[in-house]
Amino acid sequence: MKNYLLVTLSSVLALASNAIQAVPDIQHWVTPNGARVYFVEAAEIPIIDVRVSFAAGGARDEAKPGLAKLVSRLLTEGAGELNANLFSERLAQTGAIFATGARRDMAWLSLRSLSEKQYSEPALALLQSALSSPRFDQDAFDRGQANALVAIRREQQSPAAIANKAFYLAVYGDHPYAAPLTGTEDSVTAISRENVVAFHRRYYVANNASVAIVGAVSRAEAEGIALALCAGLRSGAAAAALNPVAMLPRAANQHIEFPSIQSHVRIGQPGLKRGDPDYFPLLVGNHVLGGGGLVSILFDEIREKRGLSYSVYSHFSPMAELGPFTASLQTDNSQTEQAIAVLRGELQKFIANGPTPSALEAAKQNLIGGFPLRISSNAKTIEYLAMIGFYRLPLDYLQTFTDHVARVTLDDVRSAFSRRLDPDKMITIVVGRPRAEDG
Amino acid sequence: MPYIITLLAACFLSSGIQAGQGDLTHEFLLENGLKLVVHEDHRAPVAVIQIWYKVGSSYEHDGITGVSHALEHMMFKGTANIGPGKFSEIVAAHGGNENAFTSTDYTAYFQTWSADNVELSFELEADRMRNLLLAESEFKNEIKVVLEERRLRTDDKPQALLGETARAVAFQTSPYRQPVVGWAADVQGMQVADLRAWYARWYAPDNATLVVVGDVNPAQVYTLAKKHFGRIPRQGVASPRARPEVVQQGTKTVTLRSDKTRVPQLYMGYKTPVLNDALAADSAIEEWEIYALDVLSETLTGGPSARLPRRLVRGSSIAADVSTDYSSASRLGSLFTFSAAPSADHTLEDLERAILKEIGKLQQQPPTVAELERIKTQVVADRIYERDSMFYQGLIIGTLESVGLDWRLNDDYVDNIKAVTPDQVRAVAAKYLVPERLTIAKLLPVEGE
Repeated sequence: MKNYLLVTLSSVLALASNAIQAVPDIQHWVTPNGARVYFVEAAEIPIIDVRVSFAAGGARDEAKPGLAKLVSRLLTEGAGELNANLFSERLAQTGAIFATGARRDMAWLSLRSLSEKQYSEPALALLQSALSSPRFDQDAFDRGQANALVAIRREQQSPAAIANKAFYLAVYGDHPYAAPLTGTEDSVTAISRENVVAFHRRYYVANNASVAIVGAVSRAEAEGIALALCAGLRSGAAAAALNPVAMLPRAANQHIEFPSIQSHVRIGQPGLKRGDPDYFPLLVGNHVLGGGGLVSILFDEIREKRGLSYSVYSHFSPMAELGPFTASLQTDNSQTEQAIAVLRGELQKFIANGPTPSALEAAKQNLIGGFPLRISSNAKTIEYLAMIGFYRLPLDYLQTFTDHVARVTLDDVRSAFSRRLDPDKMITIVVGRPRAEDG
Repeated sequence: MPYIITLLAACFLSSGIQAGQGDLTHEFLLENGLKLVVHEDHRAPVAVIQIWYKVGSSYEHDGITGVSHALEHMMFKGTANIGPGKFSEIVAAHGGNENAFTSTDYTAYFQTWSADNVELSFELEADRMRNLLLAESEFKNEIKVVLEERRLRTDDKPQALLGETARAVAFQTSPYRQPVVGWAADVQGMQVADLRAWYARWYAPDNATLVVVGDVNPAQVYTLAKKHFGRIPRQGVASPRARPEVVQQGTKTVTLRSDKTRVPQLYMGYKTPVLNDALAADSAIEEWEIYALDVLSETLTGGPSARLPRRLVRGSSIAADVSTDYSSASRLGSLFTFSAAPSADHTLEDLERAILKEIGKLQQQPPTVAELERIKTQVVADRIYERDSMFYQGLIIGTLESVGLDWRLNDDYVDNIKAVTPDQVRAVAAKYLVPERLTIAKLLPVEGE
């Protein structure tokens, strides 16, 4: 083992220097109508990635859960002069790939294209059109609504999806983060085409937008692209800040009956914001607890030692307001209680005591040594760029990432976990069959 | 560990190693039979190291199904030199990502980390190629994890169960009838002795391909490979005994009812040849047929402008979604599959009729030149996009080599697709998408619900 130790020391040092070389330089500007733009030049491959994000996620659904997701899905179902069929045909001629998505905070449209203008120009024109003049034709709307209902029914056959929905409802109560992104059968049925048009008009505006661009284009070209993309957007107004998330007054347990062989377990509470001062201590600490892939306390105690679950982890999902801390596993119905007891016990111990010094060092080594992997492709870089832009994180977020991790101390982790998490006020969701009914 | 990627190969031939970059890929053969393929990618100071063993569920026989996958799990449980779990600790301490996956035709292990760590990967992989402990106590625990994995991925997922059932019905004698994770009873009854025998038989340098993609110098990588793997003796690994699929003589149908199901699902699989069939000596199957099948799949469901999304999802609104899948890079004859869910006002029978009607049209009338142009544009673009992923580039090399093909085949992929004519697409639709090759599987809620 001696030789491994030597390699460990030498390569962590070497990695630190490599990481500095590899960190991309983020350029930032604002379009005349108010959209924030974030750009990284990457000349090695003749491709361009663009992602336009809006504060137009499920947290803006108000009384119509599922609305933000439906709007996002309909953006590429016809725009400008082109109905859905013509739009898809034009897009196919460019070889570009479009994707849309919506989470609670944000909705986005992204594009990957060859950077050669012959391909990228028509592809970007379609993106511009989808952002600013989607048609929301009645037939496309009807189809989108019907298929959103199919998607909801599909979630109803997944114990994992049922558990996730119940978890957000219980953790977030009256907060806009509570409602399911896909909505409910009732809420989606109640959405009208007018609701979709009004939502788009309100939230898909330049002052509510951030644009991320990575690829083989110059700064001047990127400026031109951003300008053209946003030219059709009204200036509008940024979405209002969301209300703060209330902490849970007490623990609560919910068992949802479902005819599965396994029970799916979620335990957690409101956790962490983007840009939170406790971000790094919680990130590093959670890496020890349940975040480090094949090496973590939860992986070891629940899977390696006891064989109770194939997948077990804990995770902070930082959002604009407090995103959830979630610990998750799934296990045969006959051993649900045992698995929950072990999970709770480990959470309690870790929140009370924090990590051991050697486990903390190992987690820091993994995060620092693994940093170059986080930005080793354009696809990964644009994810970071979009996140930094949307949440207005410092432009040197990537440059300072490893320093922040390196500075985290044992006391920082203990203090952050004990202040931020309370094992006596966590939600527990179990979806499956209770033990008594097992054959 | 443990991600089973059964359909990995399915997406692979939709793109390939970049044309004109062939000089960045280098092949070496060690004296003990280990093949090394190095692909240079100097964009970031990182590398992915993958070791591929030619063994998977299609090498297994009744009673020990899932043994390849269970062994994959145990590969993280210690060797004579490194204690259980230490492998992952070492990788983590060096900033690495790691995992492994098992398929019908291969079992692969990988680490992604700083390119400085290539040697450490080799040291660790060479060690566990020969010195695995396979301790009874570790096995007893890990097999429980494998059973939980099966419950999670298949037993509690109606759509996955439908696919598993459909393959078991479609293939009567081909080992592709067996699930990668294994039948539950086989996994439950598995003994550590089964794994020991499997490990001794298949884990050898002359049954493996080592793939390195990243910021490396190929000559140095070769030197390191010789240093760490070179001392492991060649074993003389025999191919698994062939048990080809019998000739199917009519459409097979199977219905699965599950109390979890809320959305019915249709699966249709046609037996189709793969590249290996076309390249075999005295094959009656032309190589172009395989590429035409790829183009056929794209004609039907390649993107939102393709025929089925356009006609069945948007036009008639019979389908809520529809996809096809065809994998030409497998060891044995495969399936060209359709997977679709009906919209709320339609039945599985409506959907089946609509898909058969679209197949019928393509059997009569070739696709248009414009349709083929779209597909060819996409193939060229995808080929460039994939250069953004080191892992994926390694995956293509490793898959091809592991199923008995040459990674260089991929260099010609774009040209082979470009050469496909509209009438060739019609011809393969007429030849292969026929009732006597078809298995239909239907997923429905429990009756009365």
